[in-house]
Amino acid sequence: MSYEITVSVNGTEYTDSVEPRLLLADYLRDTLGLTGTHIGCDTTSCGACTILLDGSSVKSCTLFAVQANGHSVTTVEGLAKDGELHPVQAAFHEEHGLQCGFCTPGMMISIAQLLDRNPNPTEAEIREGILGNLCRCTGYHNIVKAAQTAAQTAAGGS
Amino acid sequence: MVVQIGDSVRRIEDPRLITGNGTYVDDVVLPGLLHLSIVRSPYAHAKITRIDVSAAVNIPGVVAAFTAADLADQLGSLPVGWIVEGTKLPDHPPLAIDTVRYVGDAVAVVVADDKAIAVDAAESVTVDYEQLPVVVGSEEAQKPDAPQLHAEAPENIAFEWEVNGGDWEAAAREAEVVVKQKIINQRLIPNAMETRGVVADYNPGSKQLTLWSSTQIPHLLRMLFSAVTGHPESRVRVIAPEVGGAFGSKLYIYAEEVITGIVAKQLGRPVKWIEGRQENYQATTHGRDHVTYAEIIGKRDGTILGLRCTVHANVGAYLSTFAPLIPTIYFGLMLAGQYKIRAIGCKTFGVFTNTTPVDAYRGAGRPEATYLVERMVDLFAQEIKRDPVAVRRKNMIGAFRRGHEVPTGVMYDTGNYKGTLNKALEMFDYRGFRKEQRAARREGRLLGVGFSCYVEISGAAPSAVAASLGAGAGLWESNTVRVHPTGSVTVYTGTSPHGQGHETSFAQIASAELGIDIDNIEVLHGDTDRQQFGTGTFGSRSIAVGGGALSLSLKKVLAKAKEIAAHQMGVSDSQVDFVNGNFVVEDIPERSMGFAEIAWEAYHAKDLPHGMEPGLEATSFFDPANFTWPFGCHIAVVEINQDTGDVKLIRYIGVDDVGNIINPMILAGMVHGGAAQGIGQALWETAVYSDDGQLITGSMLDYAVPNAKNLPSFELGHTVTPTRENPLGAKGAGETGTIAASPAVVNACVDALKHIGVTHIDMPVTSEKVWRLLDAAGKARPRRK
Repeated sequence: MSYEITVSVNGTEYTDSVEPRLLLADYLRDTLGLTGTHIGCDTTSCGACTILLDGSSVKSCTLFAVQANGHSVTTVEGLAKDGELHPVQAAFHEEHGLQCGFCTPGMMISIAQLLDRNPNPTEAEIREGILGNLCRCTGYHNIVKAAQTAAQTAAGGS
Repeated sequence: MVVQIGDSVRRIEDPRLITGNGTYVDDVVLPGLLHLSIVRSPYAHAKITRIDVSAAVNIPGVVAAFTAADLADQLGSLPVGWIVEGTKLPDHPPLAIDTVRYVGDAVAVVVADDKAIAVDAAESVTVDYEQLPVVVGSEEAQKPDAPQLHAEAPENIAFEWEVNGGDWEAAAREAEVVVKQKIINQRLIPNAMETRGVVADYNPGSKQLTLWSSTQIPHLLRMLFSAVTGHPESRVRVIAPEVGGAFGSKLYIYAEEVITGIVAKQLGRPVKWIEGRQENYQATTHGRDHVTYAEIIGKRDGTILGLRCTVHANVGAYLSTFAPLIPTIYFGLMLAGQYKIRAIGCKTFGVFTNTTPVDAYRGAGRPEATYLVERMVDLFAQEIKRDPVAVRRKNMIGAFRRGHEVPTGVMYDTGNYKGTLNKALEMFDYRGFRKEQRAARREGRLLGVGFSCYVEISGAAPSAVAASLGAGAGLWESNTVRVHPTGSVTVYTGTSPHGQGHETSFAQIASAELGIDIDNIEVLHGDTDRQQFGTGTFGSRSIAVGGGALSLSLKKVLAKAKEIAAHQMGVSDSQVDFVNGNFVVEDIPERSMGFAEIAWEAYHAKDLPHGMEPGLEATSFFDPANFTWPFGCHIAVVEINQDTGDVKLIRYIGVDDVGNIINPMILAGMVHGGAAQGIGQALWETAVYSDDGQLITGSMLDYAVPNAKNLPSFELGHTVTPTRENPLGAKGAGETGTIAASPAVVNACVDALKHIGVTHIDMPVTSEKVWRLLDAAGKARPRRK
């Protein structure tokens, strides 16, 4: 049995026929070919698959594709606008906020949302804000710095 | 931009990774791709009495199912690549033949058109088991009545290894103090954020088999795959695409690599296997798992005279590729640490148990050794009531630049241990802290500081030495520098990064040496059809050995280019200098040729020196004469909540000396991440098995990977003591943090609790353990107002 869904992903509308058990993460990766969203666990623990659903960060392995029907999704591929990196992306590069890069898309999405809600977070607030995203490479030090730098860039740029 | 060694060049890898354009193995899609799912044993030890795949193959969408019997002629035993004397080598079949020996042992595979169908169908495979008795602990497994895993290994002993240096009896006669301690270095799960995965594609026309694998060792994997399956090495191509972290756990040949490759060959269609996380916890190697009985002896004035130990190292159900190396060479030979210890002894038992195989995990043996040394030094200092820093300083080996041999027989290259200790103390204010600690204790707050002065072995290389110690393959590294006719450069390295940033640091070295724009240099890695040869990335070897190979190639390229320049400018080679990317005639600066110009001439070949072959490229194999020996001093400060026993790491200082630094930004990132893993072991991480061999910490919900809130920001410093073992003067730098951190943090916890008589706490130092200690101390605990 399949259901037809229409989802806006990074500003483009897609209509597909999907199995009800298809996870949103698999829909994005396998159906749409947006492989920047990664899957790192099977218990909603790691956060590698984090995306924005109507502007709120969610773990796309914990939603079915059918639940995204009629909603709007932003993935890492949609962070940059008109060829300009999102301030969080630029800051991850500048502050060496990534090593293997596997957790990075989900981590950047979480930070983008954090800064959206709290443009000037303290270090403690940043650490709290990325609790749902695990990184095994960086010890979080430079991820926190990247979030701080992104906050400064965003403040300076507005 | 021409960059220099020592610049914090931003990473070349980043743009694709921050935009979602990296290609990890699960992102590889081929036409007609099939998905493979593995049926794994739910029992830790059992006889297989029957396997029935018929229900699975009848499910629509299922293409095939295989058991060991179906693939017997192509599935050899998985090999062991490092064999210490007397190692028992029972068969390690990629698919279990008649017995399963750990939960997760592969039993059968199902292949389907769709990932979900493959997983469903695997559930439909019926396997009948007859359960056998189980043993999970290394000490228990050595008991005479323990269940036996392999007929070839009585008492489950896979290997016994020993080192004895110096005269223990003489040292013991002088000793005034003996401190003994049982120390457990618990089992860990590596937890690379990307699990393992394989895509295999067989071309029946060319008979080439291509394997995309999330691996640290494409070339070794090609060789071992060929050895196991009989498929010619020349017709195997291994590609390591983006690899999402590894930490040692992707450094082996795994059953799934062999199975997926052979199934693709059998079916003539591409096949993908992607490991689930819970599957990863069972099927990918674990780390550490030592039970150690240690003894330190010395004098009341603080002189350490001897250190010895007996180690029961759990190797799991089978020997993984490098398992015998880790608790022997990389552990026992490292027990001198930074100290002038007269006598050192180590006896290691590698023991089979009904658990996931144990092999290298970041640091691999050296964290276990450093933890042992630095814990025992603290226990000794506590016993003689002396300051732990003073005891370390008293016993420290003095600065040396031309080698220092320790009783275990290894030769450190260069060192200045007091230098890193002093630098760390400068950053810390030790005296101020002790004052604060006393004041805090009066207020009912428990503060503690811990020190860890380490020396480690990195850049696993000298092949002849390694072979004499058990290595089954050479440990050189290979590199090609190819200058294109238009002057851009491709660097082919046999190292295989998975987060270390080689594309940046290797390009940086080439840019500095050749004096050309770093944007004109591309570094390629991780593909056996591109890089003729390579060994891979592990044991902090890539810059020390791979960087050395790159330096050799660059020198060869420059020498040939200089010859061409001299010839074309009509002077002798000795009259030409290479300055800022130009070949300049001595004393006549206006007579010069640029590097790109020479590149063009090398290929145009209209006017080359007599007998010179056209082209401008060089390939090198670098096999240094010794390992490199990084060192440093890390300091941890903790605060313990005496109501809950919760430990909070409030400050972390790391001073490392890794010789010359190529890219300080990348180095700092390595230390941050490494320290986080060592801190994770000290405070939270542990893999737990039930007595019947079930992995209790079997998912990311149950195993504590450190999160952002657990950790502080790090304060780093360094000193620079170059090595003479490679042209760059650089030592390995990938594991220092992990090696240093665990003892620093545990020493800090003990320091916070020593006023109530605590001398040792086994890792992880959980709030429960601490609370029980506080509770047992009763009145010793300062009362709250």
